[in-house]
Amino acid sequence: MTGRRYFWNRFFENSLAVSAFVSIATLVGIFLLLAVNSWKAFTYIGLGEFFSLNAWNPAAYDTPSYGIGALLLGTALTTLGATVIAAPLGVGMAFFLSEIAPMRLRNLLKPIVELMAAVPSVVMGFTGIVLVGPFLAKVFGLPNGLNALNGSILLAFMALPTVISISEDVVQAVPRAYKEASYALGANRWETLIRVTLPACYSGLLAAIMLGIGRAIGETMTVLMATGNATAMPSGLFSSVRTITATVAIEMGEVPTGTTHYYALFACALVLFLITLSINFAAERVAARLRKRGQ
Amino acid sequence: MRSVERITVRGSDTEVNLVFRLAEAYMAEDSAVSISIAGGGSGVGIAALLNGKTDVANSSRALTEKEIALAHKRGIRLVAHVFAADALVIVVHPSVGVDSLTLEQLGRIYAGEIRDWAEVGGRPGRISLYGRQSNSGTFVYFREKVLGRDFSPALKQMNGTAQIVESVMRDPYGIGYVGLGYVAKADGSIRQGVRIVRLKANARRPAVSPLDEVALRSGDYPLVRPLYQFTNGRPSDKIKSFFQFETSPAGQQIILENGYLPPWPDMLSAYHALNPPSAQIETLNYYTETR
Repeated sequence: MTGRRYFWNRFFENSLAVSAFVSIATLVGIFLLLAVNSWKAFTYIGLGEFFSLNAWNPAAYDTPSYGIGALLLGTALTTLGATVIAAPLGVGMAFFLSEIAPMRLRNLLKPIVELMAAVPSVVMGFTGIVLVGPFLAKVFGLPNGLNALNGSILLAFMALPTVISISEDVVQAVPRAYKEASYALGANRWETLIRVTLPACYSGLLAAIMLGIGRAIGETMTVLMATGNATAMPSGLFSSVRTITATVAIEMGEVPTGTTHYYALFACALVLFLITLSINFAAERVAARLRKRGQ
Repeated sequence: MRSVERITVRGSDTEVNLVFRLAEAYMAEDSAVSISIAGGGSGVGIAALLNGKTDVANSSRALTEKEIALAHKRGIRLVAHVFAADALVIVVHPSVGVDSLTLEQLGRIYAGEIRDWAEVGGRPGRISLYGRQSNSGTFVYFREKVLGRDFSPALKQMNGTAQIVESVMRDPYGIGYVGLGYVAKADGSIRQGVRIVRLKANARRPAVSPLDEVALRSGDYPLVRPLYQFTNGRPSDKIKSFFQFETSPAGQQIILENGYLPPWPDMLSAYHALNPPSAQIETLNYYTETR
């Protein structure tokens, strides 16, 4: 019997190790693939041209140009807009759920928040075209609503479930003793919430927001459908923008293998990969610091 | 066991869905043939044919001199088959107040040189450009035929033609280009909510509507293009019978339903009169044979 138990123990330990290894190997593999192909792009195009404000026009009529400045700015605008919307909403919602809402309301709202994460991105994009876009056009008196703000609003809603559920965990993790001490000193519920609970979870909330940003920045279909995809340098939230994700998605299907354009798309993907990787990494660091302090 | 003959078809993205529908209907009748279809663009299809990687190359444009020279060098005799035509329609929002444009004005609008509707006699306001993404064959055709230079970077690149129509309907300063099938249905109904712009090939020519079938056929409407399928030499019996199916009444019905035009007997001669081909190649006409 012991022999059999030993076998199964070892079997499951090893399978878990293999799954862990496969995930890491895949990540490293993706990075290497991107890096090797991007290297060719950088040697053909030059880093200066690639990170310049020149137009992104690889399939130009005359001379192709490969500047990702406008695309980076498009990604930054939509993501920043999404953060500005999602951060207060998400954190507020998390506080409401864990500190204020009565149990019954909470049990009703939580599954709804989780359902938000289940809306397919193409459906969000569609909403952007038929609902958010016309709404923005009407409210701001624009000819059309296919702009960065439209993308921001949609991305905010896609990032909200991440922000809310992580923030809520963070708020819940604040030791009960803190709040009780506050009440004991005569502070009311609001004072306790603002002066005690909130400061206790600053870094956790920051991590939640950063993971939300990480979610928003890599989103493709929604922005591809809702932001208009103009490659012109955006001048604000009301400009049509083309994000890096949309560029790769639009052009990868068509580009002839082994051309400068092909490698340039890998370079775009590498830039995006490094951005999301560093955001997630930073969020992890912040969260880890929090865990350490909580002990 | 009966052997199944495989036919591979590659090329134009404008044609890929249409040819897929045609092949589906054809294979339902003849199970001895298996047709596989891939897009990639007209140039990709022609390159594959020249490299012996496909049996049929779909192309929404004629061959270039370069391609013909390459074929000649490799001892390949390219034969063309025209099974349908595609007309591009320019649509604007009704409130723009413009109902005809010259091809040159259209080019300047899409290149971003004309930015305000007032410059072409419309209601003053900044023009909103809608078009397809650069992976579309139509993007290339429109750029080649109408612009002759790059699109304005302010062009909003939409995901599909249906999205262009939707956007132009909502945008009071919008203009877009779409396939005829998206605005005029086979039953004769016209899409409401957008205005179809009449085009002049140049300032001296009359403005022509794409709904005018005579003008489409005579070549007076400037944005009509034949849809080609190229083969290496005369097609094999199996390919030939597929081509004949495409031009049969059943095939032509599918072509109409998908928003394309069935060819007409003198389509190519009218087209070539306006767009001289870089070289003459043999062109099969199963359409008149099957009538």
